[in-house]
Amino acid sequence: MKQIQTGYSIVAEGQGLHIDPMGQFQIKRLVEMNVGGIDVSFTNSSLFMLIVVASITVFLTWSMRGRAMVPGRMQSMAELSYEFIANMLKDNVGSEGRKFFPFIFSIFMFVLFCNLIGMVPYTFTVTSHIVVTFGLAMTVFLVVTIVGIVRHGFKFLTLFAPSGVPMFLMPILVPIEIISYFVRPISLSVRLFANMMAGHALLKVFGAFVVGLSWWGGWLPLTFIIGLTGLEFLVAFLQAYVFAILSCLYLNDAINLHH
Amino acid sequence: MPQLNFVDFPPQLVWLAISFVILYIAMAKVAIPRISEVLEGRQDRIARDLDEAKRLSEESDKAKAEYEAALEEARAKAHGMVSELKATLTKEQDASRVDLEAKLAEKAQAAEKSIADAKETALSNVRNIAGEAAKAAVSRLVSLEVSDADLSAAVEASAKGSA
Repeated sequence: MKQIQTGYSIVAEGQGLHIDPMGQFQIKRLVEMNVGGIDVSFTNSSLFMLIVVASITVFLTWSMRGRAMVPGRMQSMAELSYEFIANMLKDNVGSEGRKFFPFIFSIFMFVLFCNLIGMVPYTFTVTSHIVVTFGLAMTVFLVVTIVGIVRHGFKFLTLFAPSGVPMFLMPILVPIEIISYFVRPISLSVRLFANMMAGHALLKVFGAFVVGLSWWGGWLPLTFIIGLTGLEFLVAFLQAYVFAILSCLYLNDAINLHH
Repeated sequence: MPQLNFVDFPPQLVWLAISFVILYIAMAKVAIPRISEVLEGRQDRIARDLDEAKRLSEESDKAKAEYEAALEEARAKAHGMVSELKATLTKEQDASRVDLEAKLAEKAQAAEKSIADAKETALSNVRNIAGEAAKAAVSRLVSLEVSDADLSAAVEASAKGSA
């Protein structure tokens, strides 16, 4: 069995075993575009971002079309997602977080739908790209920082110097606080990206095993894939939840300043 | 790793910005108001229904109290009527009993008198018969004529002695 390095994937040839776990993350330019020297090509990623946005909008508006006093299944789901985020914001930020509801709700729904639509075979998982998750995390980070500065001005810096800490600890504590603050967008984005990429790559690897081992041995990886798919659905929801709740906690720091 | 291909970063970031802005506007202007409108409507409806239920329950409590008062009053009234009727009946009964007792006493007196009369008559008859029998016996035995006055004195004495 010889291995050939082709771009990003290791293609193992011989005995028909072909494993290409990273190929699914390939960005394909569907329409080449360039505006002012910046590459703004419409890619498969862009297509799925738009599909995600359209799905969310259609799901929420279509399911609420009846405006029923007693909700049906679809309306219950829409209301449930609304109340889920509303309660999350109320519990973690308080009543002042109310005006950030559309923002947190959009973040949550976007990540959730990216993750879930990515579970459909032959689709592209937008959140499996570090640049996308970093873009989202950076948006959260910037919003939180700007809110903090606008609300508290110079006092916002007390976030890095918790009250009730002995003075001699300050030289150690303040740098740690500052680093932990600025690492937030990185940890937020890498967590989501790594989870999505790892899950999809693993599914692909075991999928290749099923095909490679064929009728006599493919059953074992197939059973494994069934379990793994269930786990990936859990991860898809969980990571969206984690992203949203961490955004809420950061927002709470900025709005209420207590640590 | 395709994720670290820097050439692909700008188009992804640009389209992320575009789609997220579209999503944010769609959520903030259409989806969220629609859902919150329904949820608030339901909240209001529930609150209104609860108020209505409370009002109705208070009303029914009041009606129940009124009903019980009316029932109590009716019961008292019925009780009064019954005892009044009882008193009247007892009085009437007493009157008729006294009347009856008086009548019975009168009748008993009359009967006693008639019995005494009958006894008197019977006794005098017995004396007459005894006198007749004594007269007949004496005339047969001694063929002596006894006067009626002597005879009755003898009968009287004998009746006294045997009595």
